[in-house]
Amino acid sequence: MAEKIELNLISGRTIMQGVTMEGGKEKPAYRDACGIIELNPEDLKKLGIWHGTNVRVASQYGWVIVKAIKATQGPHPGLGWIPMGPWANRVIDPNTYSMGMPTFKGVPVTVEPAPEEKVLDSLAVLEEML
Amino acid sequence: MTKLITDVVCPFCGTLCDDLEVVVSDDGKELLEVNNACAIGAEKFLHSQAKDRLTRPRMRNEDGSWREVSYDEAAEFTAQMLAKSKKPLMYGWSSTNCESQVVGSHVAELVGGQLDNTATVCHGSTLIAVQDVGVPSCTLGEIKNRADMVVFWGCNPAHAHPRHMSRYSLFPRGFFTAKGHRGRSVVVVDPRPTDSANLADIHLQVEQGRDYELLSALRVAFRNEQLPDVVAGVPKETIYEVAEKMKNARFGCIFFGMGVTHSLSKNHNIDIAIQVTRDLNEFTKWSIMPMRGHYNVTGAGEVWGWQFGFPFCVDLSRGFARYNPGESSSNDLLMREEVDSVFVLGSDPGAHFPFSSVKKMNALPCVVVDPHITPSTVVADLHVPVAFVGVEVGGCAYRMDSVPIETHKVVDAPEGMLTDEEFLKLVLGRIKEIKGV
Repeated sequence: MAEKIELNLISGRTIMQGVTMEGGKEKPAYRDACGIIELNPEDLKKLGIWHGTNVRVASQYGWVIVKAIKATQGPHPGLGWIPMGPWANRVIDPNTYSMGMPTFKGVPVTVEPAPEEKVLDSLAVLEEML
Repeated sequence: MTKLITDVVCPFCGTLCDDLEVVVSDDGKELLEVNNACAIGAEKFLHSQAKDRLTRPRMRNEDGSWREVSYDEAAEFTAQMLAKSKKPLMYGWSSTNCESQVVGSHVAELVGGQLDNTATVCHGSTLIAVQDVGVPSCTLGEIKNRADMVVFWGCNPAHAHPRHMSRYSLFPRGFFTAKGHRGRSVVVVDPRPTDSANLADIHLQVEQGRDYELLSALRVAFRNEQLPDVVAGVPKETIYEVAEKMKNARFGCIFFGMGVTHSLSKNHNIDIAIQVTRDLNEFTKWSIMPMRGHYNVTGAGEVWGWQFGFPFCVDLSRGFARYNPGESSSNDLLMREEVDSVFVLGSDPGAHFPFSSVKKMNALPCVVVDPHITPSTVVADLHVPVAFVGVEVGGCAYRMDSVPIETHKVVDAPEGMLTDEEFLKLVLGRIKEIKGV
């Protein structure tokens, strides 16, 4: 059991991200769809946590609390997946390398269990750090 | 009695499905049912009916709470903010119709705005690449009727464009594609075995961020040159097999998405994907198409293309249009603190910009025009809810293949609510008075 694992983080759309976004981003359903990180079963094992445990994801650009779930479109060895949204954007690489596009995919992150912490809704996840 | 409205256009993604059916109440005030739409499109139509929806603008009080204001007060505040700014960022423009984009451009010209649309965090890389190397394109209708091979590179239409495969790219039977999906071969390139990859004949599980190498390897394979045993996590035998399949297709199309535009190398990934397409046209007919996200982000690029000559990152602060992504792009402008106010319409940068940019927005005067309560409204001083385009007001939108489609109004907006265009016209009128033009 490791206290912390290192992963390469990518983000993007999921169907539930789209549905809950259109249903109202202030609602809990949006948090449940996007305030998650999809991990390989081996990574869950390494962390010694169950599907559904909250974790702290950190990169050199920030940190965020999300719920770890078993990869729905996996396995993807070495990768972690957070659906696009304010949770992912707390940790992704904002560098545009002079061409305008932040680096939303391919961000080195660490993941550690945080069962005591709460996953905030999309408005609070911004307010927390403003 | 209820009424059935057919041929309704869905204002969610760039697929812009135009075969929806909507059931509305007899008085046209209530939307009861949506047929043929994907889960996301249906939710978009139905959420317009939410009972807790905001119907009047709200202004932030000193203590952070909100108070209701009239549309006239909202327009006055917006006009004053924009007129006073030296370099306002005017961002969004993708979830609205072309008519509103045109009025927005007039406002931006008057106030020397920085116009940018959601391509800046989406297919901006693509637009840069297309300017560098051109693009062999086609329409989705041609794909439906002709394509016997499609490649989905770094995109997951099963989730992001749910009806794309059933309407155009994989399942439909067309004029020369009578067998439907049985007559089409599909390759998916993605670091994850996605739900789209499950439908593929071949899934290339590329190592994340190594698309450029894999695309280069395909170009090598087309020329029958030697490859190393493994490229970007894919064995060379598979690369040769895919290359051969692509060369032997009658008509093919590469669809690509955020997997290549967001990963490092960015526009260069697209450069070489276009070169791959160009190579293939030595052997047979191939096209390449970006999977555009917002239903009218393509329209924003088209409108600004004909007005200013550039599809995004348009800097009007010097009285003429300049274009320099990396300098005149929203995130760079925000992070370098080069703008002094933010106007958002038809997008949600609060949710979809890196947090560091959102933090900068919070420090600036900010107006958000959006039917929903969104993370952007957290950093806004004024939130102006408007009617949903494509649901409560019609207007022109461009599909991902740059085909313009007129969206329809299917239901009345709540009484007294303005549309994007009406609100922008109020602001434009007021700015003209302030500037004395």
